[in-house]
Amino acid sequence: MKVFQQSFKFLALAILVFLSTSIYAKSSNEDGGQVDTKKEVEDYILHHIQDSHDFSLFSYTSDEGERKHFGFPLPVILWSSDGLKTFMSSEFHHNDDGHVIVEKDGLKFAKIHSKIYELEEGATAVNFDADHHATNAHKVLDFSITKSVFGVLVIGLLMLFWFSSLARQYKKKQIPTGFGRVLEPLVLYVRDEIARPNIGEKHYRRFTGYLLTVFFFIWFLNLAGLTPLGFNVTGQLAVTACLAIFTLIIYTVSGNKDYWMHILWMPGVPVLIRPVLAIIELAGALIIKPFSLLVRLFANISAGHIVVMSLIAIMFTLKESLTVPGAMGLSFVLSFFILLIEVLVAFLQAYIFTMLSALFIGMAVAEHDHEHEHDEHGHEVATAEDVRGDFI
Amino acid sequence: MDKLLNDFSPGLFVVSTILLLALIALMVKFAWKPILNSLNEREEGIQGALDAAEKAKREMANLQADNQKLLQEARLERETMLKEARELKSKMIADAETEAKAQANKMISQAQEAITSEKKAAMAELKSHVAGLSLDIAEKVVRNELSNKDKQLKLVEDMLGEATLN
Repeated sequence: MKVFQQSFKFLALAILVFLSTSIYAKSSNEDGGQVDTKKEVEDYILHHIQDSHDFSLFSYTSDEGERKHFGFPLPVILWSSDGLKTFMSSEFHHNDDGHVIVEKDGLKFAKIHSKIYELEEGATAVNFDADHHATNAHKVLDFSITKSVFGVLVIGLLMLFWFSSLARQYKKKQIPTGFGRVLEPLVLYVRDEIARPNIGEKHYRRFTGYLLTVFFFIWFLNLAGLTPLGFNVTGQLAVTACLAIFTLIIYTVSGNKDYWMHILWMPGVPVLIRPVLAIIELAGALIIKPFSLLVRLFANISAGHIVVMSLIAIMFTLKESLTVPGAMGLSFVLSFFILLIEVLVAFLQAYIFTMLSALFIGMAVAEHDHEHEHDEHGHEVATAEDVRGDFI
Repeated sequence: MDKLLNDFSPGLFVVSTILLLALIALMVKFAWKPILNSLNEREEGIQGALDAAEKAKREMANLQADNQKLLQEARLERETMLKEARELKSKMIADAETEAKAQANKMISQAQEAITSEKKAAMAELKSHVAGLSLDIAEKVVRNELSNKDKQLKLVEDMLGEATLN
């Protein structure tokens, strides 16, 4: 119970911090921001799917016709042509089309579609070509604490707080109480249903830490993405790529002799086919597996966000044909059920990512202590273990 | 595809890699290792307790079986003892009977022997006494008879007369 109270206090504190920072309201003279037409809805959704440099909760137009944004700015950290440059994202005044130029130590920066560009020497404004690409500015390496990074930090700290307090509980008692009682079966689930059966009794312990971290990281971030805070961390290619590459590195590094043997010089097939198979297997192990991991997570979460936001947007796009209450009702019913499905998808994608990671690791460390069965022609009979990977 | 690549932010990739590495390291150190160790310990404890209970149950069953066996043995022993005692009793009675009978027979035969010998002695004595008495009587009779000569003669004559009749 105590832990539950503690975590409650922590949450309350977090909410308080949010509220106090959101009192910071920024006004800008942009006339955009309102979303009415289909095009605006589409742009808004695409904008949301992208990472953002400040944390905005909502915005409205005041009586004076001023656009007010509620949220807080996040630090921008850039590796420019002149080294590291930092400033707060509030300096862009919520502008996202390159019109506001921020000058820092003689360098000029503009933000276009959530990407920060450095203007070339002498340029004072961004010029665009016909395809709306900047002609006199180039992208800089952007290590900013963006909304996604902020989300990773928040979820990471929450995970550390929750699970380390669970770990501390075990010092005093055998069975955790409070929130730990909710977390413990999840830990057991990942260990007993994902790590142990896929990796095998002998090796699973080494990889369980990674799998647990990844599982809860993806799941909590997926869930955070469903809250009105509007995180879309697991819908960022960079984040899913990072996760997939972690898995790739782990199973590549821990792969045993058998694993590499099966990739590079497949036993039991005619020698002439072996080099061809090696190429296919190498591509499978080094490219297709991590690519499937990163795209699956990214696409599922992004699609979920797009669908939910599109259904919410029915409220605006169909208000003429369905009247305002009709459009709102339809929008509410549809988005409510899709959101419920998204809660399931949030878990499912975390499960699938962890499961497949465990499976790939398991295939790399599997010990073929059993002699492969050979049929009467001397060819290997494929075991379930060997073909398992082909169905993924 | 072009748009996807455009959306890919190398900076975010680097930052999230660093953060994730740190998170994995911290989680493993402060959360997963102690949690998994405690869970393992707990599971081993539970398994141990279950095994011990099973063992105790088995021992209990063994003990009970032993008790049963002991009881059975005791009962058997009691029965045999009772049976032996009963046999002994009847044997003793029989023995006593035969012995008593033998004793009685012996005593009877001794008594008979004594009676016979006494009888013989008595008879012998009686015989000698009778003989003596008879001799005395005869002596007296003869003496008396012989004092009367006529009578003697007459008697001889009677006897002779009788002898012819035979």
